[in-house]
Amino acid sequence: MNIVVLAKLVPDLVEELEIDDSGTALDMTWLRLIINELDDHAIEQSILLKEKTGAHVTVVAPDFEDIDDILYTASAKGADRLIKILGDYESGINNHAIARAFAPIIRELSPDLILSGVQAHDDRDGSLGALLAGYMDLPYVGYVASVAIGDGQATITKEYPGGLSAEMAVSLPAVLGIQVAEEPPRYVAVSKVRQAMKTAEIEEIDAGDFDLAGGAKVTRMFQPEVGEGATMLEGSLDDIADELVSILKELGAG
Amino acid sequence: MSNDIYVVIEHIRGKVSEISYLMLAAGHQLAEGSGGELAAVLLGSNTENLASDLAAQKVLYFDASELADFTPGAYVQCLQGLLTTDAPRAIIFGHTSIGMEVASLLSVKTNLPLVNSCLSFSTDGGSLQYTSQLYGGKILAEGEIPGPSCLLTLVPGGYKAEDGQSSTPPPVTRVEVPDLSGQRITVTQYLEPESGDVDISTQELLVAVGRGIQLEDNIELAEELAEVLSGVVCASRPVVDQGWLPTTRLVGKSGFQVKPKIYLALGISGAPEHTEGIAGSDTIIAINTDPAAPIFNIAKYGIVEDIFDLVPLLTEKIEESR
Repeated sequence: MNIVVLAKLVPDLVEELEIDDSGTALDMTWLRLIINELDDHAIEQSILLKEKTGAHVTVVAPDFEDIDDILYTASAKGADRLIKILGDYESGINNHAIARAFAPIIRELSPDLILSGVQAHDDRDGSLGALLAGYMDLPYVGYVASVAIGDGQATITKEYPGGLSAEMAVSLPAVLGIQVAEEPPRYVAVSKVRQAMKTAEIEEIDAGDFDLAGGAKVTRMFQPEVGEGATMLEGSLDDIADELVSILKELGAG
Repeated sequence: MSNDIYVVIEHIRGKVSEISYLMLAAGHQLAEGSGGELAAVLLGSNTENLASDLAAQKVLYFDASELADFTPGAYVQCLQGLLTTDAPRAIIFGHTSIGMEVASLLSVKTNLPLVNSCLSFSTDGGSLQYTSQLYGGKILAEGEIPGPSCLLTLVPGGYKAEDGQSSTPPPVTRVEVPDLSGQRITVTQYLEPESGDVDISTQELLVAVGRGIQLEDNIELAEELAEVLSGVVCASRPVVDQGWLPTTRLVGKSGFQVKPKIYLALGISGAPEHTEGIAGSDTIIAINTDPAAPIFNIAKYGIVEDIFDLVPLLTEKIEESR
C-alpha cells in the first residue's frame, strides 16, 4: 500500500497580513509560512494508516521557503519518503497550476491512496486535492474524518453539517480531502526532527513550467474594515471587566 | 453559450440546505446583470418536490436511483454534460462539503475556471464581478468573473435566504441522465450525530473557545465563566480537532448552527467556517488579542485583550455581583 500525502505551506494568520504594491496580492516579504493545518491532519492520518497496515508513506510538497523543516518533521513522525517539487511559485501561482504539474509526478509514485487537506485558507481556485484527482482521473471525496483500508477499497466517513456523517466505500486508487485525522496531529520532539535532518533524504523533482489556466484574475485585494459595527470596550482591564458585567446584566445574564 | 446563471441545489436527506437559497439569491443578482435566466439544477431520486420553493425561472432536474445520496462522481458526470452543452455564463455551487469538491472536479473536466469562496457579486454594465474571501476572512479579493462560462463557490454572508425562496413553484424540466453505473464511490450508511450531551443549538448563553485557549487545561477558565453565567461551553474547530471538547460542542460549518441570546467568543478569530454557525446569535461579544480578527466584524461588543487576563477577572466580578 502506497500512500502519498500532498502538503503545502500557507501564511500564518496570527501575523499581520499586508497587501503588496500591486494591490492584488499579499506582501510575502515578512510573512511567516506554516503548514496548512488540514495537511498536517492528512500527514497524521497517513501515519495512523501506516501503523495499522504497514503502508509506505511519501510526503510531497511544493518547494516553499522552510518546506524542509516540514518534510523532516513528517519523517520524524514516520513518513518513509520525502519529495519537494521545485518550481517558480511566485507570480500568482494557483491550485490548478500546482495540481496540473504534480499529477504526472505523483502518478509515477504509483499511489494507492493520496491524502491532502480538504482546503487551505489561500485556496482561490478550488481544493488542491480535488483538482489533483481531476487531473489524475481518480475518484475524490472530501471532508473526510476517518479512513480504513482493505480489499482494494477505503471505507471513509465524510462530514456534513450538524454532526451528520456518511460512511462511504471508495475504490482505490483515490484521493481523499482530509478534514480531520482520527487522532490530533502528534507532537514530535525537536531532537527527533534533528535526527531526521541527519538521516532522511529530501528528493527534488522539477515541476517544469506552470500553467495558471483555471484560476481567475484578481484586480484588487484588500482588508475588510474590522470592527465595523462593533462597540470596542477600552480602558483598564478592571474597567473593561466592569463594563462587561453590566452589559451581561443588561442582556439578562449573570 | 448563454447568459443564464445556473445554481446547483444542495440537499441532504430530503431537505434543501440553506446555502441553496443563498445561491439562488446571488444567482438572481447575477442573472439581472447578465441578462439571462436563473435556473436551479436539482439532482436526486424522487426529489422533484424539493423544487417547489426555489426562486428560479426554471428547474433542470436529474432523476436517477444513483443520485439518491450525494456522491461526487455521479454529480460530476451529470453536470459535465449539461454544462458542456449549455455553457451558462456562471454556475454557482455552495462552498460546502458537497459543492466544493464537485466544482473543483468539474473545473478540470470541463476546462472552466473556478472562483472559490465568493462572498458577494456585483454587476456593472454587463460586467460580472466577484468578491471572494481569503485567509480566514482577513482578506477580500475582487475581480471579473471570467467568461464565457465560469464556476463559482459561494460562502454565506452576502445574501439572505428569503431572497432565494418563492411561494410559486418554478417549472421543472427533466434532463436526460447519463449512464451512472460503475460509481467508484458509494454511500454505505449515515452516521447520526452523537447524543447524550447538551444540545448547544438550543442554549441561551454560550461561552465559546477557539484556538486562543491554547491548552486543554485552560478550558476550565471558560467552564468557570459559563458556570457563573448559567451557560454552556462550546468551541470552534481547532479545539474539537484536538479532542479537548466533543463534536457535540462544535459550532460552525461542519458542526452546529447556534442562536443564543449571548455568544461570548474567547480567543476565536472568526474564520468563515465558524461564523457561519453563529449568524443567528442575538449578541456576540468577542475577546481576542488580535485587533484584526474578523470576529470583530460580526460582534456587537469587542475587546482586544488577553483572555487569560480578562476571563478570570470577569468570572470573579460576576460572582461578586450576584
